[in-house]
Amino acid sequence: MAMMMNGRSAMSKFDLASPYIPSYDPTVPWQAEHRTGTTIMAVEFDGGVVIGADSRSTTGVYIANRVTDKLTKITDNIYCCRSGSSADTQAIADVVRYHIGMHRMELGEEPRVEVAATLFQDMCYNYRDSLTAGIILAGWDPYKGGQVYTIPLGGMMLRQQITIGGSGSTYVYGYVDKHFKPGMTKDECMKFVLNAVTLAMLRDGSSGGCVRLGVITKEGTVKHCVLGNELPQFFMG
Amino acid sequence: MSTIGAGYDLSASQFSPDGRVFQVEYAQKAVENSGTVIGLRGKDCIVLAVEKLVTSKLYEAGSNRRIFNVDRHIGMAVSGLISDARQIVETARAECANYRSQYGTNIPLKYLNDRVSMFMHAYTLYSAVRPFGCSVILAAYEADGPQMYMIDPSGVSYGYLGCAVGKAKQSAKTEIEKLNLKDMTSDQLVKEAAKIIYQVHDELKDKEFELELSWVGKNTKGVHERVSDAVYQEAERSAKLAMEDDSDSETEDM
Repeated sequence: MAMMMNGRSAMSKFDLASPYIPSYDPTVPWQAEHRTGTTIMAVEFDGGVVIGADSRSTTGVYIANRVTDKLTKITDNIYCCRSGSSADTQAIADVVRYHIGMHRMELGEEPRVEVAATLFQDMCYNYRDSLTAGIILAGWDPYKGGQVYTIPLGGMMLRQQITIGGSGSTYVYGYVDKHFKPGMTKDECMKFVLNAVTLAMLRDGSSGGCVRLGVITKEGTVKHCVLGNELPQFFMG
Repeated sequence: MSTIGAGYDLSASQFSPDGRVFQVEYAQKAVENSGTVIGLRGKDCIVLAVEKLVTSKLYEAGSNRRIFNVDRHIGMAVSGLISDARQIVETARAECANYRSQYGTNIPLKYLNDRVSMFMHAYTLYSAVRPFGCSVILAAYEADGPQMYMIDPSGVSYGYLGCAVGKAKQSAKTEIEKLNLKDMTSDQLVKEAAKIIYQVHDELKDKEFELELSWVGKNTKGVHERVSDAVYQEAERSAKLAMEDDSDSETEDM
């Protein structure tokens, strides 16, 4: 108990002279912020996008949720993949969903993916000092078809044919660079995303659980879940 | 006064017993006194044409233009009181700029039309303000083709294939209805628009006028701009020629 925290003795909590203020202590592992220490991914194909994510939410080393859904709906044909702080990314997604919902009603048509991405960027940039949010936005609209936008930590926005994100992504950059081929079909993209996310989950301690996949096309969104025992097998030496 | 408004025309915020808002109707009259403005929507282009009445020979040519760019891709032609119209242009420009800064894309014309209509309508509701004495035509070429809207002083708007407003709107509409707009190319539209403006101009009542022509379409890559000098002169020349042919045939008939 002589451990020092922020220059303050832990003992002071029990000092009756000073009032005890119960609060969570981020240096205690199980009291830390919930994070989606994550692997997320999105790939464009002709006519839509495939999105994918693992399902692990961690609080330090503790798995707070092993079946998390990190593929969050913004509209019927726009989804975001969340990584970083669960609270931050959920809050941002809520704000953007509200904003784009209002915009959709004023517009009288489905909003563009680009517009949703701009709204995400706006929040992520303006509050960059207080947010921990790495977001991939993906969707389909009649103007530009399937689109993927990445909005990493500082609030940059960039459209990419394929993007990966979250802590697990660092382990599979090589795999993705080697195996991504422009012009893949929907099924090829799904297989590719499933393999990449699985590989990342195997190496990254804070990614795991099952693989969630989403396919967004003109017809709408279809979501799939590949359970842990159904995942592709790789060399585990 | 006892015959026209019977006291119910003093405020934009009051109905008459038979359900009319006279101030708005007077604003519409103000538009009817202005030079004719037309918009033609063709296959993949929209042409705006204005009969700008010049009340003094001392004015510099090209002053007090009635066709504006409210954004790179949107044109606005105005009829009625020019000073009122400029205020509408300014708010429309602000709407376009705000939309781009918030959403990162060009404002859809439908959305801009809703916003500008709401703005104009707001000026028909309060006693402290008067309605705008002008109608505006909005035009753009978007992903799903050419689009055109016209808003009147009451704030009502419709989408149009061809529209006319101002002094000679009736005869201009009759001329527009004769055209097969859906199949017309940008060059055909410009010539027809110039011809109609020359045709409906009343030489006896208004002596001088200046023709204004602009377009937005596939040919301009979705950018709204005034037509080039060469196109303008060619359109004006063929319009004048058509006028001469008309007057020749009339004398023959006699």
